[in-house]
Amino acid sequence: MILLKAIGRLTLLLPAKLSGLAMPLWISVVYTLMLAPVVILAVISVFDQQIVSFPPEGWTWRWYLNAWDHPEFATGLLISLQVAVLSTLIGVPLGTAAALALVRSKLLGKSFFNYLLLGPLVVPGVVAGAALYLAYVRWENLLDMDITATLGGLVAGHTLLAMPWTVRLVVASLEGMDRSAEEAAVNLGARPWTVFRRVTLPMMRSGVIAAMLFAFIQSFENLDLSLLLVGPGSSTLPVAMLSYLEFRIDPTLAAVATVQVVVIGVLMVVTDRFVKLSRIV
Amino acid sequence: MARLQLQGVVKRYGGNAVVQGVDLTVEDGELVALLGPSGCGKTTTLRIVAGFTEPSAGTVRLGDRDITHIPPYARDTGMVFQSYALFPHLNVAQNVGFGLEMRGVNRAERDQRVKQALSLVQLGHLAQRLPRELSGGQQQRVALARALVIKPLAFLLDEPLSNLDAKLRIEVRLQMRALQQRLGLTTLMVTHDQEEALTMADRLVVMDQGRVRQIGTPQELYEHPVDAFVAGFIGRCNLLAGKMEGTGQFRSRSGALLPVGGTRFVAPGPLTFALRPERVRVAPASGTYPGSSERHVSARLTAITYLGSLTEYHADLDGASLLAIGPTPGTQDILRRLSPGDEVFLCWDDDAIRLLPGE
Repeated sequence: MILLKAIGRLTLLLPAKLSGLAMPLWISVVYTLMLAPVVILAVISVFDQQIVSFPPEGWTWRWYLNAWDHPEFATGLLISLQVAVLSTLIGVPLGTAAALALVRSKLLGKSFFNYLLLGPLVVPGVVAGAALYLAYVRWENLLDMDITATLGGLVAGHTLLAMPWTVRLVVASLEGMDRSAEEAAVNLGARPWTVFRRVTLPMMRSGVIAAMLFAFIQSFENLDLSLLLVGPGSSTLPVAMLSYLEFRIDPTLAAVATVQVVVIGVLMVVTDRFVKLSRIV
Repeated sequence: MARLQLQGVVKRYGGNAVVQGVDLTVEDGELVALLGPSGCGKTTTLRIVAGFTEPSAGTVRLGDRDITHIPPYARDTGMVFQSYALFPHLNVAQNVGFGLEMRGVNRAERDQRVKQALSLVQLGHLAQRLPRELSGGQQQRVALARALVIKPLAFLLDEPLSNLDAKLRIEVRLQMRALQQRLGLTTLMVTHDQEEALTMADRLVVMDQGRVRQIGTPQELYEHPVDAFVAGFIGRCNLLAGKMEGTGQFRSRSGALLPVGGTRFVAPGPLTFALRPERVRVAPASGTYPGSSERHVSARLTAITYLGSLTEYHADLDGASLLAIGPTPGTQDILRRLSPGDEVFLCWDDDAIRLLPGE
């Protein structure tokens, strides 16, 4: 779905006069380049050896069992899921409201707010994470409460990640909307809130669902922003993987990463059943 | 249904007045069409009646209520949009039932009335379809049913036929007109298509640059236009700017001299000579002399356009171009032998000519 679209874009770069076998060949090259990392990851995760080399000495599931034996991965997965769900549930409604204001209101300085909302996309994650950390520390002193190393602090940071995607996707779906359907609803007796609930929201549904998917993925796989915000014993999965990597190198990480890919893959397939992703992204 | 009345309605955007004092009345059960070129203010006027646009001045009355400042959802108007504006996520029955739901009509009565409305537009069998599964004509009928089912006090149509293909348009406008008359719907319609307006409306309102130029029945507007704009906008018309020269003669600006017949009252100042092309008869200069009751000029044919049942003759008279339209002559007719460049007589009766004020 998303993959196909991206490949479609890439194929636009093709020289115009590719004929015969050249086109299928090119497409398979692109596919290989895109899918190779994922496939190699999955394959390595079942190599029966400590140091990865080729050809493998045998096949095994023991890295998956090993990952299971390290509780930081299981709790990391749970925390990542928790943070991703919460930041999606908070960030997408906020981003949607912002998108509505950007498209519909007569707000002054709209383009300023537009760029501001895209900010989290531009600022490197480590920088944003560090900035948040410093701010949290200051607020902690001011308010006399824990913010750093709490779930709340982490969710707040990840909510920022959800904003630019949500704003972009929802703005796009709002701009393509025929407003006369809303006027028809008003004409038929619907008050403003009813119009929003019964007509506007269902009509921008695909944009919102896509935004939720993106917000979730952004949060779920985020490493850089989270680094400074997680607390001891409550690392997210990517942070847990990084710490593991500091001491050992073995295919356990490949096994964990494969699980991560599967979670996102399942999510995309499920989402695609509700909204055709190829139509919106 | 009720009477719809606009008084002194003005809409200004900044310093730019798009509607400049519109007065008009749609009687109970009457269909009035707002007609004019794009940007003439007709759509804004309709939106003011629907309540989507707040007028800068003036009042809108519907029945015995002043609705000028009533929000659009409380106005009891039924609008059909140019794009139909169906709710894409609701099926046909849900679309049609939406207005009833908003009015708190209970489920059983709602189903009953939706069914009635759909059978009125012959779509009962498609109640469960989604809008995107319907053809343009069917979508248009759903929009119609959706506006009708709430029994609005006034029915508002915004270019309702412009998205249909030509053949369907003729069919649908006859159906809509029949429905409107049968149900006695007070209807205000916006269109830029004069044929649509002429065939559907009881009365027409010709607008230009935010002002009403003329209100009248199709016949009144066609046969007695008040000015050159209306004459040119409704149907085709030979329009020549110029002035009177002596009695019974009109001198066009290009210098052509046209006989207009006996004494008639004309406004002083610049005038426009207006003559409908179907009132102009073409006679070969070499053939039978024109009838004595007719005025005639001699002109040179510049083009002959064959349109099947009709033929158009374009002629030049000392720099003024005139158009005549007549039934296509039979194979034995002497007119058949005419070709561009030929000298012909153009003939007309006195009463075909209108001398309109302005240019």
